[in-house]
Amino acid sequence: MIVPMGHILIVSTTLFFMGLGCILARRNLIMILIGIEIMINAAGLVLVGASALWRQADGQVFVLLLMGVTAAEVAIALAMVVYLYGFKRNLDIDNFDGMRG
Amino acid sequence: MATVLFYLLSAVTLVATLLCITRKNPVHAVVFLVNALFALALLFFLLGAPLVAAWQVIIYAGAIMVLFLFVIMILELAPGQAMASASRRQLVPAVLLFLLLLVSAGLIIMRDPAGAVWVEGFYLSPRDFGQALFSRYGLAVEIVSFQLLFAAAGAWYLGRRRRVRQEEERR
Repeated sequence: MIVPMGHILIVSTTLFFMGLGCILARRNLIMILIGIEIMINAAGLVLVGASALWRQADGQVFVLLLMGVTAAEVAIALAMVVYLYGFKRNLDIDNFDGMRG
Repeated sequence: MATVLFYLLSAVTLVATLLCITRKNPVHAVVFLVNALFALALLFFLLGAPLVAAWQVIIYAGAIMVLFLFVIMILELAPGQAMASASRRQLVPAVLLFLLLLVSAGLIIMRDPAGAVWVEGFYLSPRDFGQALFSRYGLAVEIVSFQLLFAAAGAWYLGRRRRVRQEEERR
């Protein structure tokens, strides 16, 4: 595996900002969650790349912890999606402005 | 060989992700994301993380994405309402911000001398991985397991509240 670290960083940066663009542009709750997944995976790519760069296990261990955190986040978020869908019969994020002042 | 594979898999990941975030139908988006995650798992393998690559396939593609598909199916979204597409008002600033951030991050990476360092061949055996995980990061493992327990309790609570409310409505 011979590749400059900068190229790994560029790939993961592009991936990260794609996820960010998805969150900013889309109004569907599920698409916003998918955007978060993309961003978390981009972070994972940097961690694995750094682990290979410094030849240490720490980066890969962080990716495992990241997966645990993501699993918890997705479980709660999708439960919230099903719960909120029960109120409005719709997943458009603009509908959920009940706390607007 | 590995270098060519790296660029090929990067291209697959980026294209699949781009298709994923532009799809109108969330099911298509999830399937494209699974594609991107598989390519990413192979990238992890190339970067010397066989165990993480396996988990990427098992946990991300196998469990989390299937959970997404499951929820989309439970909700039975009608094709028309399934996709509140992006309004122009939001799309323009989102794309502008995306490009601006991408260019500035790219410039920073290009100028960083550390970015020119070459990543040499590396392989971390599952044995060494487990040793690092359970010796140095044992506390973190405990904390994540607590968090998963809390998440399970929270998801159970949200599901329970809804059922109770439906029963009240029926009465």
